[in-house]
Amino acid sequence: MAKITHEQKITCYHCGDDCDHFPIESEGLSFCCVGCKNVYAILSNNNLCDYYNLESNPGTAVRNPVSKTKFNYLDDEQVLSKLIDFNDGHIQKITLFIPVMHCSSCIWLLESLYKLDKGIASSRVNFLKKNLSLTFKSDTTSLRKIVELLSSIGYEPAINLNDVETQVKKSENKRLSYQIGVAGFCFGNIMLISFPEYFGLDEFAKENFSRMFGFLNMILALPVFLFSAQDYFINAIKGLRKNHIGIDVPLALGIFVLFTRSAYEIISHTGIGYFDTLAGLVFFLLIGKWFQQKTFDTLSFERDYKSYFPIAVGVIINKTETSVPVNNLKIGDRIIIRNNELIPADSILMNGDANIDFSFVTGESATVRKVLGEIIYAGGRQIGETIELEVTKKVSQSYLTQLWNSEHFAKENENHIQTFQQTVSRYFTFALVIIALVSAIWWLIFDPSLSLNAFTSVLIIACPCALALSSPFALGTAMRILGRNKFYIKSPEVVEQIAKTKSIVFDKTGTITQSNEAKIEFVGNSLSEKEIQIIASLSKHSVHPLSKKIFSFFYQSKVLPVTNFKEETGKGLQGFVGNDEVKIGSYKFLFSDESVNSDSPDLFTKVYVMINNDLRGYFKIEHSYRKGLTPLISQLKKHFSLYLLSGDNDGDRKNMQEIFGDDAELFFKQSPMGKLNFIEQLQKQHKHVMMIGDGLNDAGALKASNVGISVSENTSHFSPASDVIMDASVFNNTYRFIQFAKNTTKVIKISFMISLFYNIIGLSFAVQGNLSPLIAAILMPLSSVTVIAFTTIATTLYSKKGGLE
Amino acid sequence: MSVMYILIGCSLLMAIGFLIAFIWFVKSGQMDDVYTPSVRILFDDIENKTTNSNKNEPIKND
Repeated sequence: MAKITHEQKITCYHCGDDCDHFPIESEGLSFCCVGCKNVYAILSNNNLCDYYNLESNPGTAVRNPVSKTKFNYLDDEQVLSKLIDFNDGHIQKITLFIPVMHCSSCIWLLESLYKLDKGIASSRVNFLKKNLSLTFKSDTTSLRKIVELLSSIGYEPAINLNDVETQVKKSENKRLSYQIGVAGFCFGNIMLISFPEYFGLDEFAKENFSRMFGFLNMILALPVFLFSAQDYFINAIKGLRKNHIGIDVPLALGIFVLFTRSAYEIISHTGIGYFDTLAGLVFFLLIGKWFQQKTFDTLSFERDYKSYFPIAVGVIINKTETSVPVNNLKIGDRIIIRNNELIPADSILMNGDANIDFSFVTGESATVRKVLGEIIYAGGRQIGETIELEVTKKVSQSYLTQLWNSEHFAKENENHIQTFQQTVSRYFTFALVIIALVSAIWWLIFDPSLSLNAFTSVLIIACPCALALSSPFALGTAMRILGRNKFYIKSPEVVEQIAKTKSIVFDKTGTITQSNEAKIEFVGNSLSEKEIQIIASLSKHSVHPLSKKIFSFFYQSKVLPVTNFKEETGKGLQGFVGNDEVKIGSYKFLFSDESVNSDSPDLFTKVYVMINNDLRGYFKIEHSYRKGLTPLISQLKKHFSLYLLSGDNDGDRKNMQEIFGDDAELFFKQSPMGKLNFIEQLQKQHKHVMMIGDGLNDAGALKASNVGISVSENTSHFSPASDVIMDASVFNNTYRFIQFAKNTTKVIKISFMISLFYNIIGLSFAVQGNLSPLIAAILMPLSSVTVIAFTTIATTLYSKKGGLE
Repeated sequence: MSVMYILIGCSLLMAIGFLIAFIWFVKSGQMDDVYTPSVRILFDDIENKTTNSNKNEPIKND
């Protein structure tokens, strides 16, 4: 094969891609494809060329032009009503998700859309969420026109089944912001008003100021008590009803006692109360909650097949094609699938040349050819000409989608994870109540006047503020650090789950192997056309991954019939093509020579070719394993039990066993359901399982496992529901991440000790019945700040030590 | 010392003013997207520049 070398690279003006051999010239600029040129033409005709000034080569290549009828379903009233956020007959509003948005040029162009379509009144981008909010006049334009316009300039919005099925959730974030705002406002003012008391200025007492200040404090504390602290009471009551004592119970108890005792002191004129402590406590707690709520906007951890399936598909009814929502598909419907469209339901191929890309399902990017009458499972993407299929199963009953009918997906929000904090706070609450009661009874015997005082003091001082803050701050910091290292975690509790991992289950294709094409090269004298045909024909007969790669290397070649085909598993193939004898395989296989040691298994494999007993050369096939796989696995196998679940055939078993070691168990030809069952089996043996996978076929296993990590080449594009989304480039850091999670839980444990230490100091005052408001006002913020500082600093130090950024 | 009553009243009123402003900001969505506005603010300049340099090509600038 002749190699084409690029003397000077010409890059596309629009997308910056290499223009390969023949750049398309237009107006003195080069483009890599017609798609890019067209986008440039649209933009330059509308004076939108600033797009190219803001960033160089900002575009995205438009290689696969969208079929004209693709968005016809957007004219359907039913579909439309579910997508549109607001509609008054003239003005319509909609929010679209545009995954390709990536730079400031994108923002500028998308916000200048009104220049391209006069019906668009306004367009606003939320870059972090990759959302485009549009307001348009439905008299002048339509959603279909706008979506088609967006697709034509390379910003095709992702509209999928999920959008019509689920209602948009209003974010809880605003409420928390209000609560923090109110608590902060009240905290500051109460502190200010309490200052004279702290310094014991007598003059104020004389002029009745202290009484007025007391009442002012009470008024200011009311919104904190009633609004900001609301959730703690609600959660505590909810927890008690379910017989579950979490950290909210002692918190709610403490807040309640703080308020009632202080109010009593003010009204009865016996003291000044602890309102400053109350407001400070709630303020710090809410800050902790906010810190923990770090979310990764562009990532979605809850995706199921609905996020990838189209809303509607073309169905032939009475010989004409109509758009039908996929949920209404019936068995026996004839559907039409065009180039690059997804097959929504299991169906039989009736017409056309099907070449299906199952990368959504398995992570394997090589396409699979199907013949007429063959069943094609849902989730495949047709590459090539338009095909016709007959639906054999409903969308929700398909081979792939039935995974979501299993019980693991039914109880979605059941929080079965017991965090360290929850375990500790249960004991803590019991101990707290016992100490409070004992001191109350003690004083009842010796000095009844101090009894109630001691009882409430214990509950106030032991209010586990610092305890409640240590987990959020340690886990929140850990989440941020891991996020910087491209290891995105769904919620903070997951960090603790990662730390507990005992067994790790890997998926093969797409997870430990790269989904993009493996590098393959022929070394030797160049092959003639006929020799290429011979090699391609022979390799087509084998399902071994290496043979598949060789065949795809010559995929344009004609295939000839092969006779006397023989395959020795793991060694090689032989057979006759016409009168020529061909052997393809390892050196040992070709020469039956045991003395030659096979090449190093890590970098590449050599596959030798012999035609008519003449050695023609060899294919140098680089392993498509992820960078750093072998060192990572050898590190992991010292600490965890490893498993491999692959949907593929076991052609790779030898290599895999070499990497994973003899202790690891490898399973091949696993169905999506089989993977799920395997995880359950492990869990029944009380193993804490981490699953690392990627495709939708791993979705069940990811969900069932204690920690599901999905590996993704492009984090904003595709990943099944999981606890963690890991960028493929940091796969080799997996061990470091686990180690860091372990250290984070260590930090939490130490900070629990610190906060307990503070509690014991406070309690020693409280049980004596002489807790002054000043001590409370000092101890509470001091303990909180210590814990916050300790957890954040210690976690950051551990991350540095662990080699994370 | 009765001036204290007025002073405290004033300071509280001002503080409440800030609280209301904060709530208003949150409500109007200023906290929803903290990145895009930082990019958007740079666009006006570019648009004006091109309008000036290509005077014969009118660009709608609203």
